[in-house]
Amino acid sequence: MLLSLCIAIPAITALLMLLVPRSAEASVRWIALGGSLAAFAVSLGVYANFVPGQAAYQLVERGPWISTIGAEWHLGVDGISLYLVLLTTLLSVLCIISSWGSIHERIKEYHFFFLLLEAGMIGVFCALDLFVFYVMWEVMLVPMFFLIGVWGGARRVYATVKFFLFTMAGSVLMLVGILYIYFHTTDPTTGLNTFNLILATEQAKFPMDVQTWLFLSFALAFAIKVPLFPLHTWLPDAHTEAPTAGSVILAGVLLKMGTYGFLRFCLPMFPQTSVEYVPIISVLALIGITYGALVAMVQKDVKKLVAYSSVAHLGFVMLGTFALNIEGLSGSLLQQINHGISTGALFLLVGVVYDRRHTRMLADYGGIAKVMPVYAALFSIIALSSIGLPGLNGFVGEFLILLGTFAANPWYAVIGASGVIFAAVYLLWAYQRMFFGPIVHEENLKLKDVSAREALPIVVLAGLAVWIGVYPQPFLERMIPSLELVLTKFQTTNMTQMLLP
Amino acid sequence: MNSLSIIDLQAVLPETVLVITTLVVIVADVVKGGWRSGSLPVLAGLGFVAAGIAALATWGDGTLAFAGTVYSDGMSSVFKVVFSIIGVLTVLYSPHYIQQRGIRLGEYYSLVLMSVFGMMVMVSAANLLLFFLGLEVMSIGLYVLAGLQRGDLRSTEASMKYLILGAFSSGFLLYGIALLYGAIGSVDYVEMQAFFAQGFQPESMLIAGIALLLVGFAFKVAAVPFHFWSPDVYEGAPTTITGFMSTGPKAAAFVALIRVFGITMAGSSVLWVDALTWLAMITMTVGNVVALKQTSLKRMLAYSSIAHAGYLLVGIVAGTKAAFAATAYYLVAYSFMNLGAFAVLILLNRKTDGKYGYEDLRGMGFAHPLLGITMTVFMLSLTGIPPMAGFFGKLYVFSAAIQQGHVMLAIVGLLNSAVAAYYYLRIIVLLYMTKAEGELTVADPLPYRAALAVSALVILVIGLFPEPLLNVLTAAVP
Repeated sequence: MLLSLCIAIPAITALLMLLVPRSAEASVRWIALGGSLAAFAVSLGVYANFVPGQAAYQLVERGPWISTIGAEWHLGVDGISLYLVLLTTLLSVLCIISSWGSIHERIKEYHFFFLLLEAGMIGVFCALDLFVFYVMWEVMLVPMFFLIGVWGGARRVYATVKFFLFTMAGSVLMLVGILYIYFHTTDPTTGLNTFNLILATEQAKFPMDVQTWLFLSFALAFAIKVPLFPLHTWLPDAHTEAPTAGSVILAGVLLKMGTYGFLRFCLPMFPQTSVEYVPIISVLALIGITYGALVAMVQKDVKKLVAYSSVAHLGFVMLGTFALNIEGLSGSLLQQINHGISTGALFLLVGVVYDRRHTRMLADYGGIAKVMPVYAALFSIIALSSIGLPGLNGFVGEFLILLGTFAANPWYAVIGASGVIFAAVYLLWAYQRMFFGPIVHEENLKLKDVSAREALPIVVLAGLAVWIGVYPQPFLERMIPSLELVLTKFQTTNMTQMLLP
Repeated sequence: MNSLSIIDLQAVLPETVLVITTLVVIVADVVKGGWRSGSLPVLAGLGFVAAGIAALATWGDGTLAFAGTVYSDGMSSVFKVVFSIIGVLTVLYSPHYIQQRGIRLGEYYSLVLMSVFGMMVMVSAANLLLFFLGLEVMSIGLYVLAGLQRGDLRSTEASMKYLILGAFSSGFLLYGIALLYGAIGSVDYVEMQAFFAQGFQPESMLIAGIALLLVGFAFKVAAVPFHFWSPDVYEGAPTTITGFMSTGPKAAAFVALIRVFGITMAGSSVLWVDALTWLAMITMTVGNVVALKQTSLKRMLAYSSIAHAGYLLVGIVAGTKAAFAATAYYLVAYSFMNLGAFAVLILLNRKTDGKYGYEDLRGMGFAHPLLGITMTVFMLSLTGIPPMAGFFGKLYVFSAAIQQGHVMLAIVGLLNSAVAAYYYLRIIVLLYMTKAEGELTVADPLPYRAALAVSALVILVIGLFPEPLLNVLTAAVP
């Protein structure tokens, strides 16, 4: 029941929201906060009930949905999805808190879409039925489309339509792939075709050419979501135009759907093709790392800078995933969580000054460490975690990724490691331009430091950053068994197959 | 030949109800006089409700009636209900529009009733001639309805264009039927099916007959390259009628396609399945691409329904029982969403008088929540976003195609959905993401609001819980 509750609570809260009168703004906010907190509490229950050290899906729920076509309401979590669910519920709470200061119009509709989005995201990570997965995957598009398009910045319409069309173009091909798999998966008890993900993964033994097409149909959808270079162009636009909470969710959770998809679908179902595509995807990931970092370096808009840094960070995640060893995989999964924490917090931080000054240009700031000392301190912690300073979360993830990549191909690791340096350059440089030096703009003299409400989400995330940085064990011990299960696919089926001519 | 039995009469009960209602409406119009009479829509609406109930009450068991000329099976019953619902919705959307446009009432409602009668004949026909008669009854009603705005040149043009091209396509159909009769010796579906089931010679007369029949059908469902009439006709016709004729007649033609090509001529599918595959792919691609650059909402919806005809053809190509059930499901979903979309245009029209520019939608979403929400639901459903019914329609149709090995067709179709997303999204963008210019008042009387809300709800409900409807349809398709 816990997982269904996790999805149902935000969805039901969203529907309840529709009954609240438009004018009752404060109650809308409190209801939304209550709903998201409840979902977070339930997800903590999921965590508490999750038995570490097991690879299989846990807390599995099954119920009929559309039995004529073999689609079931089938949910479960394993080490791969557990933390992504937690990240989603946590970031949602923090986003709603941060929206208090930044969203002032159409508050009811805003929170309605936000909660709907949350339900969809949790659904994607929990789905053990390909059909449920696809429905949730598509359902998320609509609230995100509205969140960017209605509450976003000046070029919001362009950004949101681009976001929608890119994602849609990728996902329709995935639907063809899902249907093809469906017709080649049978439920042994009923003898009918089924969308059951576990069975589909077990039975997935396609001839090489079919496997390649299927891999590509899934990989395109996921690569767009990640986004892998050169499919990344929607991301800076969407990130920059979205309202603060939208950017946080976009970076924190939505991008993870792509990387999660690779781990959940591409690797276990199409292992041979995955091995074949290692060079291509790794090179694209490396281009993403370098290119994202270089472009971030020259940005004048700090939000764009963070957006491009996401391209670089997600490049790391992809590099680690396609190292196809346990160090790489676990590093990449941990780095997905880290990126959610660090980049989510960075977007929240940018939102704080944006709410005050309505500008995101680095040139409009400078020296504000003097007037906003707490803010400057928080920013520095988060920036350092994003850079990958030892003792903070980013380091652990990047270290594992580079370790795994080095084992797979040292050259990739060498190029990838240079991305770490770039990251330090652009973030520290931006930090310097924003916080140090004299205050050149008079308006900045009167800037208020962060309020407790603004600081709370960032403090929580900074705390997590420190926790993962110092003691990542609880995270890794739950992740690794499930990731090793993915890898067994490679050791058993793959290597023998690869040796054949 | 046997005399008529109760079963025979039961099989045509809905049609009988409609004919009687038509006569009543005509008489009432004469008696009451004047076009302000409020009783006519009520009468027509009741007639549709009664016909729908009659169809439910006489749910067919798959037998043939009237000496083997009329199907009384689940398929005919389902679609008689669907047509009745389309009729009721059209009647609900009509009065205010008609009043504002000064369209004469008596013939309006009686013609809508007659057209629906024709559709019902089409879906229950068990031989090509009866099908043709139903088609003509339906079409003649529509020719007149398209031209009812006599003061409007475009409406007259629409009517003329529709009449001439409709007559053309009828000619193709009839010629095709004649050739098939020459080759087979019967126009009876059952006998034709038996003919195709045994080893037959694909002689030239037979092939020509099939080809002409296919062209005739392609005209009727507005498949590319036989679609040229439809945007102009859709644009010129009164908007209530555009909504009506983009749903009912299309559904009727597709049911007939299932019966004629999908079942009766299944044995000869090698002869036409490639042609139909290409027809489907070209239709959806051209429809979507041309819809992208339309400046009038009405024309955009016209091209979008051409595209949907392409998706629906996929179901006929796949040619299994599941595919036909999928097509039927799609048709039901499509009827609700497309009629709903046109209903929103009808509302808008009262503000803008005759032109349906995209600009009219600016800022309407927040100003008119019901209009905005329902239009959003219709657009998302037309795009094929779950959990709207339109998604499941596409899913079932394309999955049937993939199962039959038409993977390329499914890929082309689904890529087309992504293209279509652009122009459907544009409407949502205008509704919610642009600022309005000037006054945003539109009157929306209660019947409208109720009909819109119900349509949107139906789309959501049969989307979230498609199973009951799908089961009914699977049981119903022959």
